[in-house]
Amino acid sequence: MAGGNLLLASLAVAPVAIAGILCLRNRPNAREAVSIGASLLLLGISVAVYRALQAGDSPQWHSGELLPGLRIALSVEPLGALFALVASFLWLVTVVYAVGYMRGHNEQHQARFYAFFALSIGCVMGVAFAANLFTLFLFYELLSLSTWPLVVHAGTDEARHGGRVYLGILLTTSILFFLPAIILTWWTSGTLAFTPGGVFPPDVSPLLLSVLLLLFVFGVGKAAIMPFHRWLPAAMVAPTPVSALLHAVAVVKAGVFSVVKIGVYIFGLDQLAAVDSRDWLLYLAGFTLLAASIVALRQDNLKARLAYSTVSQLAYITLGVLLAVPDGVVGSGMHIAMHAFGKITLFFCAGAILVATHKTRVSQLGGLGRQMPFTMGAFLVASLCIVGLPPTGGTWSKWYLMLGTLDAGAWPLAFALILSSLLSIVYLTMIPVRAFSTFEGDAAAVEEGGIREAPLACCLAIGVTGAGCIALFFFPQPLYELVAGVPLWGRR
Amino acid sequence: MDIASYFNYWIVIVLMMLGFYIVIARGNLVKKLIGLNIFQTSVFILYISAGKVSDGAAPILTEGVSVYSNPLPHVLILTAIVVGIATTAVGLALVARIHEAYGTVEESQILEQDNAC
Amino acid sequence: MLSHLPILPVLLPLLGAPICALLRKPVAAWLFACTVALLTFAAAIALLAQTWQQGVLSYALGGWAAPWGIEYRIDLLNGLVLTLVSGMASAVLLGGRASIWRETPEEKRSLFLVAFLLCLAGLQGIAATGDAFNLFVFLEISSLSTYALVATGRDRRALVAAYNYLIMGTIGATFILIGIGFIYMLTGTLNMMDLAQRLPALTESRTAFAGFVFIIVGVCLKLALFPLHLWLPGAYTHASSMVTVFLAATATKVALYVLIRFSFSVFRLEFSTLALPLETVFLTLGIVAVFAGSLVAIYQPDLKRGLAYSSVAQIGYMVIGVGVGTVIGLQAALVHLFNHALMKGALFMALAAVVYRVGDGKFSSLRGIGREMPLTCACMLLGGLSLIGVPGTAGFISKWYLVVAVADREQWVLVALILAGSLLTAVYIWRLVETVYLGVPGPRQVPDSPAGRAEAPPGLLAVSVVLALANVYFGFDTRLPVEAASGAAESLFAAGQP
Repeated sequence: MAGGNLLLASLAVAPVAIAGILCLRNRPNAREAVSIGASLLLLGISVAVYRALQAGDSPQWHSGELLPGLRIALSVEPLGALFALVASFLWLVTVVYAVGYMRGHNEQHQARFYAFFALSIGCVMGVAFAANLFTLFLFYELLSLSTWPLVVHAGTDEARHGGRVYLGILLTTSILFFLPAIILTWWTSGTLAFTPGGVFPPDVSPLLLSVLLLLFVFGVGKAAIMPFHRWLPAAMVAPTPVSALLHAVAVVKAGVFSVVKIGVYIFGLDQLAAVDSRDWLLYLAGFTLLAASIVALRQDNLKARLAYSTVSQLAYITLGVLLAVPDGVVGSGMHIAMHAFGKITLFFCAGAILVATHKTRVSQLGGLGRQMPFTMGAFLVASLCIVGLPPTGGTWSKWYLMLGTLDAGAWPLAFALILSSLLSIVYLTMIPVRAFSTFEGDAAAVEEGGIREAPLACCLAIGVTGAGCIALFFFPQPLYELVAGVPLWGRR
Repeated sequence: MDIASYFNYWIVIVLMMLGFYIVIARGNLVKKLIGLNIFQTSVFILYISAGKVSDGAAPILTEGVSVYSNPLPHVLILTAIVVGIATTAVGLALVARIHEAYGTVEESQILEQDNAC
Repeated sequence: MLSHLPILPVLLPLLGAPICALLRKPVAAWLFACTVALLTFAAAIALLAQTWQQGVLSYALGGWAAPWGIEYRIDLLNGLVLTLVSGMASAVLLGGRASIWRETPEEKRSLFLVAFLLCLAGLQGIAATGDAFNLFVFLEISSLSTYALVATGRDRRALVAAYNYLIMGTIGATFILIGIGFIYMLTGTLNMMDLAQRLPALTESRTAFAGFVFIIVGVCLKLALFPLHLWLPGAYTHASSMVTVFLAATATKVALYVLIRFSFSVFRLEFSTLALPLETVFLTLGIVAVFAGSLVAIYQPDLKRGLAYSSVAQIGYMVIGVGVGTVIGLQAALVHLFNHALMKGALFMALAAVVYRVGDGKFSSLRGIGREMPLTCACMLLGGLSLIGVPGTAGFISKWYLVVAVADREQWVLVALILAGSLLTAVYIWRLVETVYLGVPGPRQVPDSPAGRAEAPPGLLAVSVVLALANVYFGFDTRLPVEAASGAAESLFAAGQP
C-alpha cells in the first residue's frame, strides 16, 4: 500500500504545485521556488518508485469502479518507470532553464505558464503509471488539453492558429480512432488492463485485430505518424521551454510510450507479429521517418527543423515496437530516453540562441560558434545523440533498433534507418559545424563582441542535459536492464 | 357500415385539417390562435363521439334504463376544454403584448422588424 | 405522512404556487419558493431512496384504487427524473436570485416565481403520474407556465419566441391527447400499467398504431427532436437566463422520460411489430439531429443560441440511445439524460453569470472575459469539456455507454458518426474557449459593469461551481446515474416479459 501511495503522490504533486504557484502569482521568486521544489519532489518520487521496482516490489493503486469493471488504476512496470524518471528529471532541468528563458525573454503571464506546465507533467505521470488503457486515455486526453494553454501562450493570431491545429489533430485522432479502439478492445476482450502477452483471446478474428492496430497507431496522434504529424510543427509557436519539454519529452513521448505499451501489453508481441496490417504500418513508419528527415532538410526555421526531426525520430520508436521482436522493443524503450535527452538539449540551445541573439533561422547561425561556443558545443553533442554516433547515448538505441530490423528480416527498413540517420547528419550536425567554421559571406553576420552566452540558468540546463547524452553512452547499463526487464511474454 | 354512421368522425377530420391548415398557413397571430382552437375542438368532438354508446341514455341512474353512454370521456374533455381556454388566454395575452411591442400582429412584419435590428 | 410521500413532489409546488402569488414582497416570495423547491427536492430524494430499497411505489390518489382512480407510480426511472428536476429547480432558485432580479421588473418578480413553481409542479406531475390523461394535464400545466416564463425575457423577441413555442407546444400536446384518445377507445383504460397489459394483444390494430404515432410525434415536438425542434432555439435564446437554465436542464429531459415511458412501459416496443420502423426512425433522426444541431451551433454569433442548438444535438444522442432498443441502449439514454442536465445546467448557469456582468451572450461581448471572471469561466470550461466528453467528466461516461450500446448492435457506421458528432461539439466549445481566454475585450455594453476582475454575484457563482464540480464528480463516481439507469432500464424491459 505504501507503494500505492507513492503513485498517488506522483499525481498529487502537480495540483499542490499549481495551488502554490497561483497563490504566489505575484512573487516571481517564490513562485519559481515552488516550481523547482515540486520538480525535485517529483524526481524523488520517481526514483523511489524505480527503487521499489528494482527491489521486486510492484506498487499499485486503484480507485472504485467508474463503470462496471473499469477503474482508474495505477501500477509500475519497467517502461513506465523509465518514462517517469526521464520526464521528472527533465522537468527539473526545464524549470531551471525556463526561469532563465522566461525572464530573459520577458514573457507575459508567467504564473499561468508554470501552473499549466506543472499540470502537464502531472498528466505525464498519470500516463506513465497507467495500469490500464482507460487510465492511459484519461491522462492522455488531459495532457492534450492542459498543454493547449502553453502552446497558445503568446496569444497572437499565429499562436491561436497553431493551437487550433495542435488540438484539432490530437482530439480528432483520439476521439475518432483511439476511443473506439479502446471500446472495441473492451468489447472484444472484456478487459483493458495492461497484461504481459496481450489481452485478446486467441480466436479473435484477424480482421478485427488489423483494424484495431490501425486505429491504435493512428489514434495515438501524439506519436505523430504521418499523415497525423502536422500538429507537432504547429505547436512550435509555443515558448521554447514548452517546445523543449513537451514536444521533445512529455507529449510526444507520451504518444510513443502509449504505442509501445499497447504493442507489448495489449496485443503482445506474438499476436502483434501475426497482425496483417502490421506490415503496412511498418512501411508507413519507415516512410514517415524518411519523409520527415527530407522535410527537415528544407526547413530554415530552427525550431521547425527540430520538430520534423522529432517526427522522424518518433517513427523510429513506433517502428521498433511494430517489428514485434525483443530487440526492437529494447531499442524503442531506450530511444525514448536517448532521444529525450538529445532533443531537449537541442531545443534548449535553440532557445538560448533566441534569447541571446534573437535569431530563429538556420541560415543566420553561421559563425555563431565564436559567440556562443558552449551552446553550439552542446548542440553538436546533442545532434550526435540524435544521429546515433558515439560518444553519445543515441548510439545504443539505434544499435538495438537496427538489430531489431535485422532480426525481423526487414532489410528495406534497415536501409531506411541508415538513410534517415545519414540525412540527420546533414540537417542537424551541419548546423554546429557551420557555426564553428565561419564560411565566406557568413562572417559579416557574426557580431563582434566576443562570447555572449544565454543567461546562466539556461547554460546550466544545457550543460546538464548535454552531459546526460554523453553519460548515457558510457553508462547505458541501468537503462538497458530496465528496458530488458519488460515482461514481453505472458504465461505461455 | 355506411359512411353516414361515421358522420361525427368525418366532422372531426374536416375540423382538424381546417384548424391545422389555418395554424400553418396564416400569418396573422390571432388567426393562428383561432385555427388552434378549431384544431382542439375537433379533438373534443372525437372524445365525445367515442363516449357515445349506441342507444345508450345519458349516464344518469334511472329506472328502466340499462344502457348508458360512457361518462368518462365527457369528464376528460371538460378538463381538456379548460386547458384549451387557458392556452387561448395565454396566447391572446402574448399576442396583445406582441402588438404593444411591435405594433403589428402579422408574422411577416414582425420578422422584418427583427431582422432590421 | 410517509405513506403520502409519492404525491409530495407534485403537491408541494402545486400548492406553493398560489400561496406564493399572495406574497407581494418579492424577497418573501423568493424565500418561500426556495423553501418549497428544497422540500420538493428532499421529498424526491426520499422517494428515490425508497424505490431503490423497496422497488415500485404505488399511490392511489384520493384513495380510489387503480385502474379507476389515478395512480401515482414511482419506480427508479421517475424517481431519478423527479430528483433531477427538483434538484435543478432548487439550484436555479437558490442561486439565481440576482439574475432574476436583474432581468425581471420588480412588480413581476413574485409572479415569475409563481410561474416557476407551477412549471415545476407540472414537470414533477408528468414524471410521477401513472395515468395517461393525467400526464396530459400536467404536460399542459408545465407548458402553459413555461410559455409565460419564456415571455418574461427582456427582449421583445422573447414574446415571439414564447408565442411560437405556444403554437408548437399546443399542437404537440393535442397530438398526445388524440393518441391517448385512440388508445382509450381501444382499451377502455387510461392507467399505464393497465394499458401495458391490454395493448400487447392489440399490436395488429391500426388504431393502436395511429394512437402510438400521434403520441410519439407529440412527445417529439415537446422533446424538440429534429426536425420538430424549431421552437427550442428561440425559446432558449430569448428567455431570461434562469428560465433557460431550468428549461435546458429539465423540460426536454421530462419529455424524453415520456417518450421512454410510452415506448417501453406502455407500448412495450420490443414486443410489437412497431419496433422495427421506429428504431430506424429514431436512429436516423437522432444522428441527423446530432449533426444538424452541432453544425448550426458552430456558426451562431450568440453563445446562448449556440448552446440551444447544442441541446438539439444532445437530444439526438439520447434518442439514439432509445432507438438502439436494448437494455444497454436505454441505459445510455438515461445516463445521458442525467449527465446532460448537469452539463447544460453548468454551462447555462455560468453563462447567466456572464450575462449578468456583460449584458448579453454574444461572442463579441465574451471576448477576454476569462481574465475578468476566472472562476465563472472555469465552470463554463468544465461544462464544455463535459459536453465534448473528455474523460474524467460526466460526458465521457454518457458517450462511453452510448458507443458501447451501439457497438453491441454492431452498427459501426453509427459508432463513427456518434464520435464525429462529439468532434463537432469540440469545435464550438473550443470557439468559446478561444473567445473567452484569448479574445481581446471590446467595449462593454453595460455601463455600470465594474472594470477589472469581478466575479458574478455569489449565488450564481456558487451554483455554477457546484454544477461544474458535479460534472467532474459524476465523471468518477458514476454509481448514482448508472445504477439508477440500469435498474430503470432493466425493470422497463423485465416488466414487459410475457
